[in-house]
Amino acid sequence: MSDLQTFRRETRAWLEANCPPEMRKPVLSEDDTCWGGKRWKFQSDAQRVWLERMAGRGWTAPEWPKAYGGGGLEREEAKVLRAEMRALGCRSPLDSFGIWMLGPALLKFGSEQQKAHYLPQITRGEVRWCQGYSEPNAGSDLASLQTRAEDKGDHFLVNGQKIWTSYADKADWIFCLVRTDFAAKKHEGISFILFDMTSPGVTTRPITLISGKSPFCETFFDNVKVPKSQLVGTLNKGWDIAKYLLTHERDMIGGMGDRASARPLGQIAAHLLGANAAGELADPILRGEIATFEIDEAAFRFTMERAGDMMKAGQGNPAFSSVLKYYGTELNKRRNELLMSAGGSDALEWESERSHTGALARGWLRSKANSIEGGTSEVQLNIVAKRILGLPDA
Amino acid sequence: MPLLLTEEQAMLRDSARGFLAEHGPVAHLRELRDTRDATGFSRELWARFAEMGFTGLLVPESFGGSGLGHVEAGVVMEEIGRNLTPSPFLATALLTASAIMRAGTAEQKAEYLRKIGAGQLIGALAVDEAPKHRPAAIAMTARRRGNGFALDGAKGFVVDGHVADLMIVAARTSGAPGDREGLTLFLVDPKTKGIETERTAMVDAHNAARVTFRDVLVDADAVLGEVDAGGKVLDGVLNIGRAAVAAELVGTGEEAFGRTVAYLKERKQFGKAIGQFQALQHRAAHLYGELEVTRSAVLKALQMLDSDFDSAGPYVAIAKRRQVEHAGRAGGGPDARRHGHDGRLRHRPLHEARARRPGVVRRHEFPRQRAGQTERLLNRRTHFARCGRCGAHASLL
Repeated sequence: MSDLQTFRRETRAWLEANCPPEMRKPVLSEDDTCWGGKRWKFQSDAQRVWLERMAGRGWTAPEWPKAYGGGGLEREEAKVLRAEMRALGCRSPLDSFGIWMLGPALLKFGSEQQKAHYLPQITRGEVRWCQGYSEPNAGSDLASLQTRAEDKGDHFLVNGQKIWTSYADKADWIFCLVRTDFAAKKHEGISFILFDMTSPGVTTRPITLISGKSPFCETFFDNVKVPKSQLVGTLNKGWDIAKYLLTHERDMIGGMGDRASARPLGQIAAHLLGANAAGELADPILRGEIATFEIDEAAFRFTMERAGDMMKAGQGNPAFSSVLKYYGTELNKRRNELLMSAGGSDALEWESERSHTGALARGWLRSKANSIEGGTSEVQLNIVAKRILGLPDA
Repeated sequence: MPLLLTEEQAMLRDSARGFLAEHGPVAHLRELRDTRDATGFSRELWARFAEMGFTGLLVPESFGGSGLGHVEAGVVMEEIGRNLTPSPFLATALLTASAIMRAGTAEQKAEYLRKIGAGQLIGALAVDEAPKHRPAAIAMTARRRGNGFALDGAKGFVVDGHVADLMIVAARTSGAPGDREGLTLFLVDPKTKGIETERTAMVDAHNAARVTFRDVLVDADAVLGEVDAGGKVLDGVLNIGRAAVAAELVGTGEEAFGRTVAYLKERKQFGKAIGQFQALQHRAAHLYGELEVTRSAVLKALQMLDSDFDSAGPYVAIAKRRQVEHAGRAGGGPDARRHGHDGRLRHRPLHEARARRPGVVRRHEFPRQRAGQTERLLNRRTHFARCGRCGAHASLL
């Protein structure tokens, strides 16, 4: 038996023994996900136990080095872990911007001290991070951001405003793009800093979306002092880190086309809509649309796998994350449309317990933001056209 | 296993690419088409395929073949698709060879596999009887007669059927049309009395035939595999064919797409390269994504055929359906449109027309066109395409 087969067998056995049954049920709404952080209230003991056990093995960040709280797995092993979790229907133990976005950037650009300090907290779900990127006048043109960080000797003094800051009101710390050189060209005066959201001068104001939820905030900085040790990488070279991190953010958002789908859409639809004696969905047209969707979703999953393998083998193009972001978010929107079709009028219920307080409708409306956040679909297509296809600038 | 070509597979791709671009470019197909060549492919080129080791690609080394896998078969198919090279590779080296490898007796393998590998035998698989690909619907009968069977029925869309030295014929030995059971495969010499073959010129200038069987007598040792158990063999062989055709169309789609992107950079209107227009950039970027997603699905299916053949069906269906929908679109619809009238020229498709006669639409060629060349490129062998769709529906819901 090969090492990988042994790993698969052992992993399956461990997951079967350690993943609580409640954590193998499909995620029905955002409330079922675990985000961790200093102020996190676990929805159940099972959720807490599942996080602790997975973090104990480093499997909340399977491919990070063990020294920083990761699992130290090879890529092929991490694939096996994902496949086995999928097969058992295991929920993600921890959803985390720290794992998806900040971690990869710190691993590449952070100092040894920063890595040793921040990464283990992230893998254990102890600190919840948010991302300070977009501003009222810096959306698609992110590099025109105006939040200022002035050099005050031993610290920066930060003033400005961010917007669309996901979960800023729930986050403990922020990774933030600030302007540190006010005379330089827009891409060349940006730095990447980290700070505590409880610092004096930080305020957040949730923005209510059409889903009725407030995942996004306006975030204000009024004379916030940030120690200089919390600068990542080189002063005024933050745009390189920002771009690198964006590729991970795009992979993450694109991955929603995959991650949200532990349970096949066909099964969910059959549950909502009923099936005939042969087990086929009662609505043949919807059945065809779902089959087509699932084909695209599977093909997309293989593409994420291939993209990762290519990066690992040094054959990848970083701009490919724009393909994943574009494709994955369009898929996730399609998925939500199909769920609404399958749910019919039941899916329109907004408050009832029966509908899990409108989980389908709220998820559907939330998905509309997928092709905007992390760079719009149009921005992704621009990037592909320019950096992959080499089409000329307008 | 990483979802990438290995170093050896990448080397095979490079050598196949160079070889086919040199010896089997699109111009080669056009010449055969325009001269109404009776064979529809070049036997000389097929002999070169044998020298390259392509004819016996799947054939085990013990029978003189290369003993390679389905990923390698897909690699060669992709390059064939890139050049639209006409050859018996699909029907002979993949379908016929794998049917015999998977179901043949030692005698049958010894008789045919070495010849296939040497490029000395052309095979064809006769399955369909109606315009839709529905293997279970086979009505053609094989009734026991004397020491063997008598075959009666008609087959259509038999790829390379007009030149085959050996036909693998799926007929019903029990049950009724619609039953998945009761099919038997027969190895039939097309020159046997009672067989009539009509070559059918197809829209994509590739080879196919209609074949009728009237009281055709074959011996018992013509049976390939078990009597009544041909369905399962056929499923496996057709899966290989579906994945291979998907790979072929990845090559075709990527070639058409590559030519289009080059044209976007070169063609000027309103005083600038049309590739500067965001409307076209976005369509191109979108198609790039679709092609890459399709490529992933196709490679996954090919790898599954090599690593876990009996579980590969759904993966093949995914690849096939993706390929039909998206590689097809990449080369057929929007691309042809971006080339304007040039995309519809029969003899100077895509940017070749521009490169040779910039700014001039060759009107004198219009009467000869029936369908856009770029569309033609993609309309090949819907035989396998259709079953990908229904197969996917069946396996995923």
